[in-house]
Amino acid sequence: MGRFCPMCPPMKGFDVIVIGGGHAGCEAAAASARAGARTVLLTQKLETIGEMSCNPAIGGLGKGHLVREIDAMDGLMARLGDTAGIQFRLLNRSKGAAVRGPRSQIDRRLYREAMQAELARTPNLSLQAGTAERLILDGARVVGVMTGEGIELRAGAVVLTTGTFLNGVIHKGDQRIPAGRHGEAPSTGVAADLYGAGLQMGRLKTGTPARLDGRTIAWDRLEMQEADAEPVPFSFLTDQIVVPQIACGVTHTTGATHRIIADNLGDSAVYGGHLSGRGPRYCPSIEDKVVRFADKASHQIFLEPEGLDDPTVYPNGISTSVSDATQSAFLRTIPGLEAVEVFRFGYAIEYDYVDPRALTPALEVKKRPGLYLAGQINGTTGYEEAGAQGLLAGLNAARAAAGSGPIILGRDQAYIGVMVDDLVTRGVTEPYRMFTSRAEYRLTLRADNADQRLTPLAIEAGIVSSTRRNAFESKAAELARATALVRNQTFTPKEAVAIGIAVNADGQRRSIRDLLAFPGIDLRRFTAAYPAIAGWSAQVREQVEIDAAYAGYLDRQASDAAALRHEEALALPVDLDYAAIGSLSNEVREKLTLVQPRTLGQAGRIEGMTPGALTALLSHVKKAKVAA
Amino acid sequence: MTGTIFALATPPGRGAIAILRLSGPGTDAALIALGAGGLRPRVASLRDLAHDGRLVDQAIVLRFPAPNSYTGEDCAELHLHGGRAVVEAASEALTALGLRPADPGEFTRRAFENGRMDLAQAEAVADLIDAETTAQASQALGQLDGALSQTYAGFRRDLLTALALVEAEIDFPDEDVPDNLARSARPVLDRLILDLMTALADARRGERVRAGYRIVLIGETNAGKSSLFNALVAREAAIVTPIAGTTRDVLDADLVIGGYAVTLSDTAGLRDSDDPVEAEGVRRARARAEAADLRLWIRSPDDPEGDAAGFAQPDDLLVLTKADIGTAWAVGAFEALAVSTATGAGLGDLRNWIAARLARDLSGTDFPAVTRERHRLRLTEALTAVEAGRAALDIAPEMAGEDLRRAAEALARVTGAIGVEDILGEVFSTFCIGK
Repeated sequence: MGRFCPMCPPMKGFDVIVIGGGHAGCEAAAASARAGARTVLLTQKLETIGEMSCNPAIGGLGKGHLVREIDAMDGLMARLGDTAGIQFRLLNRSKGAAVRGPRSQIDRRLYREAMQAELARTPNLSLQAGTAERLILDGARVVGVMTGEGIELRAGAVVLTTGTFLNGVIHKGDQRIPAGRHGEAPSTGVAADLYGAGLQMGRLKTGTPARLDGRTIAWDRLEMQEADAEPVPFSFLTDQIVVPQIACGVTHTTGATHRIIADNLGDSAVYGGHLSGRGPRYCPSIEDKVVRFADKASHQIFLEPEGLDDPTVYPNGISTSVSDATQSAFLRTIPGLEAVEVFRFGYAIEYDYVDPRALTPALEVKKRPGLYLAGQINGTTGYEEAGAQGLLAGLNAARAAAGSGPIILGRDQAYIGVMVDDLVTRGVTEPYRMFTSRAEYRLTLRADNADQRLTPLAIEAGIVSSTRRNAFESKAAELARATALVRNQTFTPKEAVAIGIAVNADGQRRSIRDLLAFPGIDLRRFTAAYPAIAGWSAQVREQVEIDAAYAGYLDRQASDAAALRHEEALALPVDLDYAAIGSLSNEVREKLTLVQPRTLGQAGRIEGMTPGALTALLSHVKKAKVAA
Repeated sequence: MTGTIFALATPPGRGAIAILRLSGPGTDAALIALGAGGLRPRVASLRDLAHDGRLVDQAIVLRFPAPNSYTGEDCAELHLHGGRAVVEAASEALTALGLRPADPGEFTRRAFENGRMDLAQAEAVADLIDAETTAQASQALGQLDGALSQTYAGFRRDLLTALALVEAEIDFPDEDVPDNLARSARPVLDRLILDLMTALADARRGERVRAGYRIVLIGETNAGKSSLFNALVAREAAIVTPIAGTTRDVLDADLVIGGYAVTLSDTAGLRDSDDPVEAEGVRRARARAEAADLRLWIRSPDDPEGDAAGFAQPDDLLVLTKADIGTAWAVGAFEALAVSTATGAGLGDLRNWIAARLARDLSGTDFPAVTRERHRLRLTEALTAVEAGRAALDIAPEMAGEDLRRAAEALARVTGAIGVEDILGEVFSTFCIGK
């Protein structure tokens, strides 16, 4: 798909324009700039760049994996999160490495300031306040943006990360307020361009809870959840977390809370029937919880401070769209919140998204070459999901502007690959959030080895700083030596028993890697025989032990991944006319036309695909090969 | 898309010939192992195919070395005698040799990848492949007898429940979900393991198809059992005399009726006897009758009502012999057919009746041998994975999750796929997740 475009060198001195200063926009702009593209970030207000508009936390299961992957490609979220994290917790600490998820509460101000400072000092990147009024087209190709201020910006590629700004409507009780994020005007100009492009659009909704005045919460009567004693950072480059750590409060709804909500359901924007967008199954509002889990006497709430010196508290678990009066009433039935004051009431927001099946796996709009979309506009939710897409879109926009081919991540390489493939192949029916269960190579795609999976590729793409490159390469060399040792050095059963490992006397020689899989055995057992082990860094020891613990599973996943790559190597022509292929059902034909799968493997993951249809497509793979 | 595969290339069911087609790098080794080594390419050769010291069939075997074959790989065709038992035995032998039943479209797929097929051909086969897939799916879930179909649906339900518990524990540690969710999947997995084992044992049906369906002739002495036995076997296998009590031991004959292997047994007439040899024959007759899949209760016009009534079961057939000399009493509860071995009257009807019964008992469905073999493989694979998953529940839920995912993949063709959206749907409808 590499295409060189001699007609579109930048006319105003930019290679890439990024619209939107949220988490997708920031990563996109930074990645584009790192890739060497002269980049401009266009956003309504420079002072809200990097704002955490919903709950001030980063990471978790699946999401934490994404953050590590962003970091492995030298993105920003992990490093900045480490400078702003105020309650680090490694989720699933007691479980295996593959399903441990780093998470932290974030000080909103610290994060925002760090992001703005980081972008301000990023070479090749300029920040510009303004709105995007419309896209400038050359035929179908997007070649620039006309700003609301009447400035014509030209570029080789444009990345659009406008979040919930597309026809956003806020619902609260019986109020309907056209809006994007709280306090910001909705964007409609570019929306018209997207509708005009004939893209399939959908409507989603999401919600947010009230923001509370922490000074009016009775903390001393609440159970508190402490940060980890030894915080595990997000970034591979962070040695230690130096930000002071705080605790969050834990409380719960009561029967009285549920009664008030049940009595005022008609007051809810959702249950009052005012919303048409689809909300997620996994993050129901408190109204949803009360209705759908009527037998539960109470629901848990985390009271999360938004910053070290900010009295605002985010009550996680009670997003709502009932009226202000009802919110006030039910909040005060919650233990610890009897006298709570509210800074800002919760609301539901409904917005349009572009059916991501309109995108290539490089996140480029198929019908609008040169235009890349990332973040909530693609139907996802979450900072991490947005940031990860932003990084990929920014990188690919920069590469396209330079005439290089796109970088596409596979499902066997990265959670980012899983997410993008899910989006562009299967589309979304609810705001898409990452879970580890979405990754079929979960044991291989771990947070702890994101650097090994992605940093080499990012180095190759030229988006990695020399600091990270040096750190990675020295770790990689040490790890390679360690891996060779544990795989090549073997023990007879007698030798193994001699160091206290109870193996069967079956005459089989076992490698250190094999023996590490025995319960309770770690590397310390082998230091007497191999003193070099004592000199390995903690990181390397951990990698070796994790690899051994999952050995059988990892080997199987590797062979599955090889089969996957075989399918992914069978490329389908981009301009394939599915109407001209015989023996496809109408349903399959429509889906294929919409998705335009890039490979036979991707075609196979389209919902409702049949083996017969795949066989028919295979012939076109062969034809394309012959033609190539 | 690797390994050596086989599939039935002729329509399933009865036919004079059934062709099993093999493709892949292990083809020649499989032929040699079956006793069909040293074949000249593309020349039909008659070979006795045997596995584990047992004759599978005398077959015409063709070998097509790569690349001049249908798929471009090493291929072979086994032209077997038609009939389920033979195809079943050959399929089992091939599976035991490390081959696996092909997935729908797999032969075509390989043919493509090796450049052996053009576009028009491809599209034509595509239709066939979908038809085949649909047929398999409906065989798996629809046309099977209700009990089996429900069993399969049960596998899927249990696996989904267990997966949801495991995945909920992994993905939502910070949510308001009960502790030790993964461990609470244990009883579900225990049941699933038991059910999979039961399905795999599927003892009677599998064994009957392999070892032959057992039909035993029972009746009073001199009722005409041996005459009928000879007529069905179509050779003088049993000594037939007019003296009552001639058949003192059990005589077996293996024959094929309606494509199924059948063991037909002639027994001593059921009467009390002082002769110890005859008494032993009667004892054996009774034992054999009890163990049989079908009893033909033989009555002649001059029979008194006798002991056989105590052995015949409601589903058995009453055969009224010597129809040329008179009419025996029919017994109300039993289906009855009149035959005469002297004139041949009714013998055709009897064979047809037996064939229909065999079809009912041995297939119960239109369930081709190769498909059944595929299911058996999938269920075995699933069982192994579920057992590993159960063992991993205590060690690491993410390993259990991986094992159960593998089980779901193994069962996908049999029970319908379990996708991540199914699992998440189950999680979100069971637990209130909503931080």
